[in-house]
Formats: sequence, C-alpha cells, structure tokens
Amino acid sequence: MSELLQIIGPGGEAVRPELLPEPALLEQLYRAMRRIRHFDERAVILHRQGRMGVYPPFGGMEASQAGSALALRRSDWLFPTYRDSGAALTYGMPIERCIAYWRTSPHGWSMPEDLKLLPFYVPIATQYPHAVGAALAEKMRGTDNVAMAFIGDGGSSEGDFHEALNFAGALNAPVVFMLQNNGWAISVPTSTQTKATDLSLRAQGYGIPGVRVDGNDIVAVYHAALEAVTRARSGEGPTLIETVTYRVKPHTVSDDPGRYRTEEATRTWLERDPVRRLKTFLEGRGLWSEEREVALEAELMAEFEQAVERADAFPEPEPVEILEHVFKEPTPALRRQREQILEELRG
Amino acid sequence: MVAAINDALTLALERDPSVCLFGEDVGVMGGVFRATDGLQARFGKTRVFDTPLAEAGIVGTGIGLGLAGMRPIAEIQFAGFLYPALDQILSHLGRYRHRTRGRFHLPMVIRAPYGGGVHTPEQHADSPEAILAHVPGTKVVIPSTPSDAKGLLLAAIEDDDPVFFFEAIKLYRSVKEDVPDGYYTVPLGKARLAREGSDVTVIAYGGMVEVCAKAAEAAAAHGISVELIDLRSLVPMDTETVLESVAKTGRAVVVTEAPRTSGFASEIAATIAEEALDALEAPVVRVTGFDAPYPPFTSIEDHYRPNPVRVAKAIRQVLAY
Ligand SMILES: Cc1ncc(C[n+]2csc(CCOP(=O)(O)OP(=O)(O)O)c2C)c(N)n1
Repeated sequence: MSELLQIIGPGGEAVRPELLPEPALLEQLYRAMRRIRHFDERAVILHRQGRMGVYPPFGGMEASQAGSALALRRSDWLFPTYRDSGAALTYGMPIERCIAYWRTSPHGWSMPEDLKLLPFYVPIATQYPHAVGAALAEKMRGTDNVAMAFIGDGGSSEGDFHEALNFAGALNAPVVFMLQNNGWAISVPTSTQTKATDLSLRAQGYGIPGVRVDGNDIVAVYHAALEAVTRARSGEGPTLIETVTYRVKPHTVSDDPGRYRTEEATRTWLERDPVRRLKTFLEGRGLWSEEREVALEAELMAEFEQAVERADAFPEPEPVEILEHVFKEPTPALRRQREQILEELRG
Repeated sequence: MVAAINDALTLALERDPSVCLFGEDVGVMGGVFRATDGLQARFGKTRVFDTPLAEAGIVGTGIGLGLAGMRPIAEIQFAGFLYPALDQILSHLGRYRHRTRGRFHLPMVIRAPYGGGVHTPEQHADSPEAILAHVPGTKVVIPSTPSDAKGLLLAAIEDDDPVFFFEAIKLYRSVKEDVPDGYYTVPLGKARLAREGSDVTVIAYGGMVEVCAKAAEAAAAHGISVELIDLRSLVPMDTETVLESVAKTGRAVVVTEAPRTSGFASEIAATIAEEALDALEAPVVRVTGFDAPYPPFTSIEDHYRPNPVRVAKAIRQVLAY
C-alpha cells in the first residue's frame, strides 16, 4: 500500500506542517470548498422544489474536487464526469450554466469560449483517452498547458481507463489523471469492484507515478495536484492521483442508498468532513472566525441566488434545437427533418 | 413488465443450473430498474453477481462462460452503454459458431433497457437495435407486453445463439397485464398481430407498439381500419406475417424511435418494397426518430420520439396516396 498523503488530519491538526501553504492560499482553498458545498446543498433543494432535474451530488468530496481544479490555470483542459460539478465550478464554469446543465437545458452545454471545459461526461471512462489527446496536442503546439481528467473508482475498471494511462505514459502526455475513489459505483463498493486495495498503484503498471491522497484533506489534494500539474507542464509526463474519499450523498437525487449500505459507514465519513477539517485548522490558527463564516455564507447565498435568476432567464429551447449542431452543415435529411418539426408545430 | 422479466429470470435460474446472471448493480441492488430484485438473495452470489464497471469485460467474460458450457445472462445497465462492448460484440459474439465451424457456440443473452419517453440523462435513451441487427450471428428481440417479455425472454435463454433482449424503459412500469403463471416460451421470430385491420398495416416493436395502438385507435374513430403488427424480434424477422398483412391492406407504415438513417425501419420498408411491390398501393412510409443524438433536453424531448399524432399522420398519408 502506498503512503496516504495527508497534511491536515481529521481533527484539524497539522500532520505535515512543513507542507502547509501560506495563509492566503489556505483561505482560498477554504472558500472554494465552502462555495461548492453551498452549490451542492442548494442544488439538492432546487431538485426537491422541482426546479432541477436528476442531479448527482458530490457532498463529502468537496476537497477532492476543489483542491484538484484549483491547481489548474485557465488555459488548461478539464474533463469532468457528471459527479464533478464542484470541480467544474471551481475551474470557472458559471454557476448558471451548471444549473442549466442539470435542468437539462442546452444552455448548460455551451461553455464560455475561453474555458477548455467539456460538458459533464455521462458514459463512464470514455473521456480519459480524450484528455491524453488534448494534452498531446498542447505539447505538439508548443504550449505548456496540461489536461486534467476525472474518473471514479468504478470507472477505473473500464478498458478506456487503462488504455489512456498506457498511452499517456508511452507518449509522455502532459495529463493529470484524477481518480476519485469515493467508495461506491452506485451500489457496488470498491471491494466488490476490484481486488486491488490501492488504486494509485495501477499507475505503476504503466510506468507513471501514482499518488495516494487523503481526499478529504484539501491541502493534500491541492499539493499533490499542483505537483502533478507542474511535472506535466515541465515535460515530465503524466501522473495518476487517487483521492481517497467517500460519497456521503446518494448516487443521484433519485437513488436510495438504503438498499445497499448502512448509515453507520457513512457516519464515520461524516466525521472526516473536509470542510469542517480545514475550518477547525484555520480557527485554531486564528485565520478564520465565525464572523467571517457568516459573511462568507451571505456572500455565497447572494452569488447563488443571482445565478439562479440568470439560469431562470435562459430562454426555453426551441424544439428544432434537437437537430442543431449535428454537423457543421445540416445534411439534406436533417433539413427535411427540421421542416417536419416546424410543420408539426404549426399543427 | 419489469415484474414479468424478474419472473422469467427466476424461472430460468430455477430450472437450469447452468444459467447465471451478472452485470452492474444486478446483485445487492437488484438492478437500477429492479429487474433482478431478490435474485442474488435467492440464488447466491455465484450465480447472480455484480461485476466491475466494464461492459467489454461483461460481454467478453460472458463469451467465455458461454463457450465453457454456461448459459450466461448479462445485463448492460442501459443499451447506450453497450458501446464500450462493441469490440467484443462485433469481433466475437456473433462469430464463434461460424469461425469454429459449429464446434463452439454462445447461448448468451444480453439484456438492456433502451429507448426514450421517460426523460433520462444523456445516452440513457438510445435505441441501438439496428447496430446489433446488422451483426451477423446475433439475434435481437424486443417485447412490447409483459406476457411476451416473459415468454420471449425464456425462449431467448433457451436459444443456443447469442440474443440481445432490449426492454423499453417506458414500458417497465407503465404497462400492466395478467401474465400466465409458470414456465412458457414465446418463439423467437414470430410476430404478433396486435390489432386486426384492413386498410393499412402498421409495423412496430417495443416501446412504439403502444404509441401505434393509440394512433390506430384514433384512426378507427375516423373509420380507418389499422392492422398493427408487433414484430417482437428483429432477427430473426417474421417477414411472412408482414408480407401477408401488406398483401391484404396494400399499405404500410413502419415505426421506430431510433434515428432514421440506416435504422431498422429501413430494413422492413426495403423488404416490403422488394417482396410485395405488386400489393402496394402507396409507398411505404417510415416514422422514426431523427438523425441526431437522442436529446437529453427534457422540455423538447417529446418532439424527437414518434408520438400517436405523427403515426396517425403517416397513416393518412399512405391512405391519401
Ligand atoms: C459506460 C457506462 N456504463 C454504465 C453506466 C451507468 N453508471 C452511471 S454511474 C455508474 C457508477 C459509477 O461509479 P464511479 O465510476 O465510481 O463514479 P461515482 O458515480 O461513484 O462518482 C454507472 C454504472 C454509465 N454511465 N456508463
């Protein structure tokens, strides 16, 4: 078993004080985590109110998502799965676009032009090789931009995962593979998914470095991600990072985890809550206070509410949009089909 | 319909010790649609098991199980997630009997929910039946009623060749009927006359049968008599029943929810054009989904999937020709 990198322990104590970053950065990490937790909690509420579709929460995994995405620059690539709203938001996806995505509106599919962010991937593992290709393209074009791709513990069973790691190693692609081990692939625990108990070791088989990190310690995740990103930028190739964390919430808002797991297991992980961990640490050093917490909460609330308003203001899609963007130029068949929809709308 | 499928799986596991069942989340959870509910508790973890999340692995391992004398039943969580397994399917599944000159064969069933109409996320509503029907050596079965689902599934499990068994998600909980008790099979390759009529033949399968039944009902109110054929299996296809009906009515409408170009509707239409041209009084009309990915945009999804209005319009069109 590889060593589990931890910088701040579950009780908010410094485990590796020599690796602690500057207070300003610590505060930035904390704010990023609080921000996406706010989003995740509000998203579930929106769903309950019928104002959001099926949504896969990431609650409990805030450190893993914010810590990794913060290590990127805006010119890098991000390939997120459906679980990674938090990483996408941290990287720069506008909140209203994220809401729109989970409202199944096409407005959630278009990203700001200056962001190399792909829409959330629904098929498992298929985006891993794409990240390798994007990273290679950056290298060929002489930039030092990198690509980061996410996957789950379940996803790391797919062939695409293994092919991507092997390609990345063989071609020395500047890519960072994030493997969020959150304990579950829907109802299947990692122990049923694979006999391996240390997924970071998979990297070894492909000749690339593998790192195992406490995924509930954002300082450790950030540290590992930044190191991997820096390696990639300087031409030293790919890294696989396994963040060991837990899916505290259900698989999606329509899943019932009571069918396959006990409350107890989840409770242990609630004690390792990533947000509380850093908060306790910051408070202990006099770097954070209840007052600032209240102010941050108000700030986040306002930011989110404004984003909801913008999301509400997106126009409803037109039926013909289902045929748009299939090709640069629609084929004759698509043109006829578009006419058919318009005709049906006329009644 | 999901209960009928669970019933069939239970009977198959009971009757034949070489039957085994596996896939993602089929064990403890009983499948995302509960089709395999309770089966692991009843038959044990050796015969009913959760697999790693890897479709090529599921199909490939199933091929090995089948070669070595088991009767594997694999569940692919959604038909749109068959794609990672296409290498195993296209390169091997349908070829084993042929490439070993009959020495080895694969009595394997691959079940997968398919189709739209229930507002699922991206890639959960795909209808890839034509892709599989195109692969030599694999059969494709798609039931539209609970009692058919049970009998066809049992026949698929008994079959000595690989069978894809697609289950319309829309029908899982929306259609209910009394299903005969006990073990019975419905033969593969025999269409079902869902409604008798004399003016026009409508051919459909799976989730589109109920859509066409509604259109037929509406047409009847206007004095149009629709004969509705539920194809049940695409490979083998019951060409005879289709042609007999077209010979009687002289008109045909074919309905599927998959994209139009190179879809299975085209295969049916071409068969009719080739073999029953003399009987036709109008060109065969296809009603299908569009040549675009199935939209995950729920507010406009209903404009993609064929509905009774669209089918009724096609019926009027062939009658007005
Ligand atoms: C190719 C493919 N197969 C199956 C599914 C259905 N599915 C959606 S999520 C999921 C489990 C994923 O688990 P994991 O990779 O650990 O990620 P997590 O959801 O835990 O973040 C499955 C099986 C899918 N989306 N894509």
